[in-house]
Amino acid sequence: MALPNKPRGELKAVPNPEIQEHECDVLIVGGGMAACGTAFEIKKWAPEGMKITLVDKAAMERSGAVAQGLSAINTYIGENPIENYVKMVRNDLMGVVREDLIYDLGRHVDESVKLFEEWGLPIWKKDDKGENLDGAKPAPSLREGGTPVRTGKWQIMINGESYKCIVAEPAKKALGEENCLERIFIVKMLLDKNKENTIAGAVGFSVRENKVHVFKCKTALVACGGAVNIFRPRSTGEGKGRAWYPVWNAGSTYTMCAQVGATLTMMENRFTPARFKDGYGPVGAWFLLFKAKVQNGLGEFYANSDAVKGELEKFMPYGGSAVTPTCLRNHLMLNELKAGRGPIYMATDVALNAFLEERRAAGMDEKEVKKFWKHLESEAWEDFLDMSVGQAGLWAGANIEPEKVGSEIMPTEPYMLGSHSGCCGIWTSGPDEDWVPSVDGPRSHQYKWGYNRMTTVNGLFTAGDGVGASGHKFSSGSHAEGRIVAKQMVKYCRDNADFTPELSQTAQELADEIYAPVKLYHEHVGASTAADVNPNYCKPAGLMMRLMKATDEYGGGVATYYMTSGKLLNICLDLLRMLREDAAKMAAGDLHELLRAWENYHRIWCVETHIRHIEFRKESRYPGFYYRSDFPTCDDENWKAFVNSTFDPKTQEWKCEKVECINIVETEPWI
Amino acid sequence: MPSYVDPEKCDGCKGGDKTACMYICPNDLMVLNVEEMKAYNQEPDACWECYSCVKICPQGAIMVRGYDDFVPMGGQVHPMRSSDSIMWTVKFRNGNMKRFKFPIRTTAEGAANEYPGQKGESLDDERLLLEAELPTPQKLA
Repeated sequence: MALPNKPRGELKAVPNPEIQEHECDVLIVGGGMAACGTAFEIKKWAPEGMKITLVDKAAMERSGAVAQGLSAINTYIGENPIENYVKMVRNDLMGVVREDLIYDLGRHVDESVKLFEEWGLPIWKKDDKGENLDGAKPAPSLREGGTPVRTGKWQIMINGESYKCIVAEPAKKALGEENCLERIFIVKMLLDKNKENTIAGAVGFSVRENKVHVFKCKTALVACGGAVNIFRPRSTGEGKGRAWYPVWNAGSTYTMCAQVGATLTMMENRFTPARFKDGYGPVGAWFLLFKAKVQNGLGEFYANSDAVKGELEKFMPYGGSAVTPTCLRNHLMLNELKAGRGPIYMATDVALNAFLEERRAAGMDEKEVKKFWKHLESEAWEDFLDMSVGQAGLWAGANIEPEKVGSEIMPTEPYMLGSHSGCCGIWTSGPDEDWVPSVDGPRSHQYKWGYNRMTTVNGLFTAGDGVGASGHKFSSGSHAEGRIVAKQMVKYCRDNADFTPELSQTAQELADEIYAPVKLYHEHVGASTAADVNPNYCKPAGLMMRLMKATDEYGGGVATYYMTSGKLLNICLDLLRMLREDAAKMAAGDLHELLRAWENYHRIWCVETHIRHIEFRKESRYPGFYYRSDFPTCDDENWKAFVNSTFDPKTQEWKCEKVECINIVETEPWI
Repeated sequence: MPSYVDPEKCDGCKGGDKTACMYICPNDLMVLNVEEMKAYNQEPDACWECYSCVKICPQGAIMVRGYDDFVPMGGQVHPMRSSDSIMWTVKFRNGNMKRFKFPIRTTAEGAANEYPGQKGESLDDERLLLEAELPTPQKLA
C-alpha cells in the first residue's frame, strides 16, 4: 500500500525481538558525569573477578548533560571552608536540604576537578599579573597550587568543549570497552523475587537492533539525569529541541527508582532558569565574569531598588544574603514582567564597555585596548560556543553584537533535576559517620543506613541528578558523587556475598512488556491509511504534547506565570491519571519511536510525583519557580521540612509524608 | 537549530551500518538511509544543537540551520575541531564574519590515566582513591 501508513524510521521494529540475558555483580545505568565517576573509581575497590557492566542509551563520549561541553565548573571548593559551601547551598535552596550529603560532596569534589585537569581538561589560570590565561597556556596545575580563574566563590572557568570526551575516556578505559554497552535504553529496574525490597536487575532494549536485554545484578546505580520536556516549552516548533537542560533527559532516574519503591524527596522542587531568551544561553559568566546587570524595559537596573529590598525581606533569612537565592531572583524578575515593565535585558553592552573604559582610565593606549578587546570578545563568545552553540547561532542570525546591544533574558519552562540549582530526587543514606544525625523510624525518615547514597531499596544507588535535597553539585559534584557510590557498591557486594539475585518475571514476559508498543502498532496499523492517526493507539509525539499542555495549564507552567493552586493541581492529577492509562496505548513502528514511547512513560510518572508533592506542601517554598495561589507565602513555621513520597510496588499506592529537616552546620550566622 | 546533511558530501561512512553521526548523536537523531547511503536527522525538533554530529563527521557534511521558529535566516555557526583545539566561524545575517579559536584538550587523545591496577585501602571508611584524610564539619548547629 503506497500510503503513509508505514513506520517512519530506518530501523523497523518487529513484534518479537531477540532476548539477551546478562549477569553481573554491579550494574551502572547511565553514562553521564556521575556514571563516569563510578566507572573510573570502582575498579580501585573491586576484587578480582567482579563483573561490572555500564549501560548507556547514547555514546559515553557525548552523553548526558555535559555532552555539548561547558564553559565553567561551578563547584570547586578550593580555599573555602566546606561549611560555607553547605551554607550557600542551604540558602539558595530555601533552607530545606540534606546538609550531610552536601558537606560530604564538598569534601570529595576537588579531587574530581584535579583529575579532569590531569586528564587534559584546560582550566583557566591567573598569571602573576592577575590576567586570565586560557587553559592551554603553561601554568602550574591545580594540584601544583595553580590559581584558577574564579568568577564567583565556587566557580572556575575552563575551555570545556571536550569536557565530556575527556571524562569518558578514563571511565571507559578503567571498566574496559567490552563492559560498556552503548545504545541500550534501560527502562525498568527489577526487584528480587525472594528478598524483600532488594534490587536484582534491570531490563531495557537496543535502539539499534530488535533486541531486549535483561540484566541480573547484585547492586545497581541509576544515574540517568533529570527531566526535560515535561512542561510546555516556550518554543513549540523546531525550537522545542533547544531545551535548557539536555532534551534527552526524560525523568528516567526518578521514575525507575520510584517504581521499585525508592522514597523520593523534594519532588516539588523544580528549576526554572532565567536564560537568554530562545537560545537559552548561559548567564553565569555574564553575571559573574563580566559583571553584567539586568535592566527592565524602562532601562532601570531594578535589582538594587528599595522596592526590591523590601520584597526580599519577606523571605528571611533567605532573602537577606549577599547572593539572592536563584528562585527569588526569578521572583523579582517576574514581578517586573507582571507589572508590564518588561522585557528584561542583560546589559551586555554596558558590562563590556565598562571593562574597556576601566583600561583606558588606567592609561592603556588604544592599540592595547584593542588587543584587550579581542581577548574579551573571544571570552564572551566562547561562553556560548562551549556549551550552548545555538545561542551563538541566534546572535549571528539576529546580527547581535553583545558590545553594542543588550540581549533579552527570560525565565524558561520548568525542569526537574537534582544536580544544578534544583534539588528534587531520591532520598538516600548519608555517610555512615558519627556527625551524620541518627533518626528513629523507617528509612524514609533516617539520614543514614549503612551505605552512602543508597536509596531506601537495598542495593539500589543513585548519584548526580538522582540524589535529592542536595543541589549545586553541577558537573564536578556529580562525578564526585559517582565516585562515592562506586566504593559503596563494592562494599555492599562484599557484605552480601551470599545473595543470588532472582527475577520474578521470565525474560520472555519482560520482553513482551518492553515491546508492547510495537505489538500494538502491528496489531492495529491497518485500521487507518495514516500510521499516526489511528483510533486504537496514540503515538509518543502526540502524547508528549498532551502531557506538556496539562502541566503547563494546571501545574504552574509559563502559561500562568508559574501559578497554580490545590484546585488546579487536582485537575492536573486527573489528567495525568488518564494519560498514564493511555500511555499503555502508545504504539511504536520503529526503534526510535520505541525509545520515545518509553521516555514518555518515564516523563508521565516523574511529573505525577512533582504535582503530588506540590499539592501536599501547603505553601510556596520556591517563589519564582512556582506559586500556589491558595498558600502564596513561604511558611517556615509549618513547612521547613522535607516532603518525602514512596510508591508501594505491591499495593500500587503512593504515600506522601513530612520529614524533619535537621541543621548540621551552624545557623548563626546563617551565611 | 537542527543539523542537516549535505548530500554531495555525505558518503554514508562508506557503507558501514553505523555512521559516525549515528554513533555520536546523544538523542538518537541521525540515521542512515541504506538505499541512498546518506544520513539524515530524523527528528529536527528534538535536536539540542549540541553539534556532536557536526564535529565528528569525517566528510564535513553536516551543518546546522537555525531553528525556524525563532532564528532569522542567513546566520551560520560552524566548527573545525582538531585533537587539541576548535576553530569556530560565525557568519552573521548581514554577512559579517568572526573567527574564534579555543583549546579543547592538553593531552593526547587516549592518554587519560585511568590509574590501572591501583587499589584503595579500606572499604570501611569514606576515603576514595588519591584522597587524604577526610575532614568532618566543625562549625556545628
